[in-house]
Amino acid sequence: MPVKAPSDQVTYLEAISRALRDAMREDPSVFLLGQDVAAYGGAFKVTAGMLEDFGPERVMNTPISESGAIGVAVGAALLGRRPVVEMQFADFISCGFNQIVNVAAKMFWRTGRPVPLVIRCPAGGGAGAGAFHSQCVEAWFLHTPGLKVVAPAFPRDAYWLLRAAIRDPDPVLYFEHKQLYRRVKAPASAVFDAGGGSDGRDGHGAGGGGAAGPPPRIGQAATLREGEHVTVISYGWTAHHALEAAEKVAAEGISVEVLDLRTLAPLDEEAVLRAARKTGRVLIAHEACLSGGFGGELAARIAEKAFEHLDAPVRRLAYPDIPVPYHRALEAACLPSAEKIAQVVRELRGW
Amino acid sequence: MRPGEAAAPDRDFVLRMHRTMLRIRIAEEQIADLVEAGEVKCPCHLYIGQEGIAAGACAALRRNDYVWGGHRSHGHYLAKGGDMKGMMAEVFGKATGCSSGRGGSMHLFAPEVGILGTVPLVAATIPLAVGSALASKVSGDGKVSVSFFGDGATEEGHFHESVNLAAVYKLPVLFVCENNFYSSHLGLLERRAADNIFKAGEAHGVPGLAIDGNDAIGVHRAAEEAVRRARRGEGPTLLECRTYRWRGHVGPSWDTDVGVKRKDELKDWLPKDPVARSASWLLERGVAKAALDALEREVRAEVEEAVAFARASPYPGEEELCTHVFHGENGGA
Ligand SMILES: Cc1ncc(C[n+]2csc(CCOP(=O)(O)OP(=O)(O)O)c2C)c(N)n1
Ligand SMILES: [Mg+2]
Repeated sequence: MPVKAPSDQVTYLEAISRALRDAMREDPSVFLLGQDVAAYGGAFKVTAGMLEDFGPERVMNTPISESGAIGVAVGAALLGRRPVVEMQFADFISCGFNQIVNVAAKMFWRTGRPVPLVIRCPAGGGAGAGAFHSQCVEAWFLHTPGLKVVAPAFPRDAYWLLRAAIRDPDPVLYFEHKQLYRRVKAPASAVFDAGGGSDGRDGHGAGGGGAAGPPPRIGQAATLREGEHVTVISYGWTAHHALEAAEKVAAEGISVEVLDLRTLAPLDEEAVLRAARKTGRVLIAHEACLSGGFGGELAARIAEKAFEHLDAPVRRLAYPDIPVPYHRALEAACLPSAEKIAQVVRELRGW
Repeated sequence: MRPGEAAAPDRDFVLRMHRTMLRIRIAEEQIADLVEAGEVKCPCHLYIGQEGIAAGACAALRRNDYVWGGHRSHGHYLAKGGDMKGMMAEVFGKATGCSSGRGGSMHLFAPEVGILGTVPLVAATIPLAVGSALASKVSGDGKVSVSFFGDGATEEGHFHESVNLAAVYKLPVLFVCENNFYSSHLGLLERRAADNIFKAGEAHGVPGLAIDGNDAIGVHRAAEEAVRRARRGEGPTLLECRTYRWRGHVGPSWDTDVGVKRKDELKDWLPKDPVARSASWLLERGVAKAALDALEREVRAEVEEAVAFARASPYPGEEELCTHVFHGENGGA
């Protein structure tokens, strides 16, 4: 796979791909496992060309055996290898659940032996793919101590958080939203820059996010846009809707602060509370279902720790508590959108 | 079937299986065109080339026996007697679809003819077939359950757990593995050390048989024997039906699998076309070419009518979004 010239735009997908490549080049213990990740290059082509560059011992196809593959990865990780397992769709991670939530998550607690495992999960809807190829399942894992969960929204975060996840000694679930793969781009210089430089959000509507800074680490939220009146907390694809909504309502005189969590576990609670206190009016927006979704946890923490700063009830905008319907119009009715976010922002502003 | 072989199958019976295969073939060619034209946006996994298995196996079943399938199940649905219009409308995502437009191509359901469901989580329905067989055994209703799944599905623990459970409980279930030698883009021997899926039966104490999946008559013969055993209370059977899919893993094209060796293999499989095979079997036994042509026209008309029905049907309304989450009172969403 030809690596793009530094001046080129880098897609979210390319950033993920490059992170895998760079990690494999730097650390011979990193290897990839997944269905069709070798010659075919993965269901979404994230690992295209890696077989040629790293050989079959480091780019390994698995049978359709999620439980087996994840378990094998846990075993290898215990002995110091750094496996990165690709799920074809995040939805299928259910087949490997036991190895993740019971075996991997509790290994360090039980034995003091770290499990440096990464599971990449192409997640999310919007493609008319129905109930089993569209879900945002991060909440399944947020209820399990011992797992780290990241969900980047931009190429720079995608790159650096995957690098960090691979270096991390603990099991990390890495949720990559399929709608971002080819849609979201940033200049290569901004994406890969390891120190200073822009934060890579230029060029896709993120107003205030151009500040220089070191690469993101796991556990750090990012302020995408500064605002005075209402705070929108989000992550993944929905963070883009939040930015678009902020732009929309800015024209109406409403100034919105947008916080992108980037990592869900461990949570950057300080950033959440700071953003909540700043405006006193908070909307949490995510694509995962409402009940038991991460928005509930955030709302509770804000209520517990920033109550005296609130001027309105904390609001949530999430997927309704239903499976993903197949037909696109119905799916669109369920997905959070810039329009829906803007509407709740107006309501909060008027509270 | 070779001439002179003992129990020659009945001509009308083979004609019915042929018709079933034609319905699958023509419906799927139509779906392929609709996807290509962009009218259907659903991910569709086409069964073209594998029709002999669904037609042969379902011909051994009664209308109220149970069938379970997966992501590539248009064929199972039609062969078991699922309604053409209901399937087409489902593929279009219409309210009149067999899953009311909530599922799409990979979520077919027709309990009135025993199709308890297709689920595109590989191997997920194998234990469900064991469960429906358990229910039948307990109630003594004499029904048999059939699980259709691919070669790739045998790599999931579900498969082995299910065969073992069915064997331990001696349940009336048929495991029909459609070995088309690929799981997405990975060849069989990239995923397992030996080409011996049928032997998984023996390992679990269940008879296992490898047969030619492109020979509907042969599939029917093997399935009939397995169904007989099941109804006699002698437990499950594993049939590995060897076949080949003609189109890409998903979608209409012939060559989505560029980069793997599939392209060279297809030419060896095209002459083994199960539909052409039953047609020549029938012609050799005196069925007139004109009769087969008329049958094909009739099936085409049925498919066209189903497409027209699907086009004319409404999409499910937003008001229905939250009405199917629970059978009982809805929690509200
Ligand atoms: C649990 C699970 N893992 C992975 C997938 C993605 N997937 C869909 S179909 C398929 C290949 C299935 O191969 P096989 O069972 O041989 O059936 P075929 O497609 O050949 O009919 C895969 C890997 C899935 N749907 N479910
Ligand atoms: Mg297969």
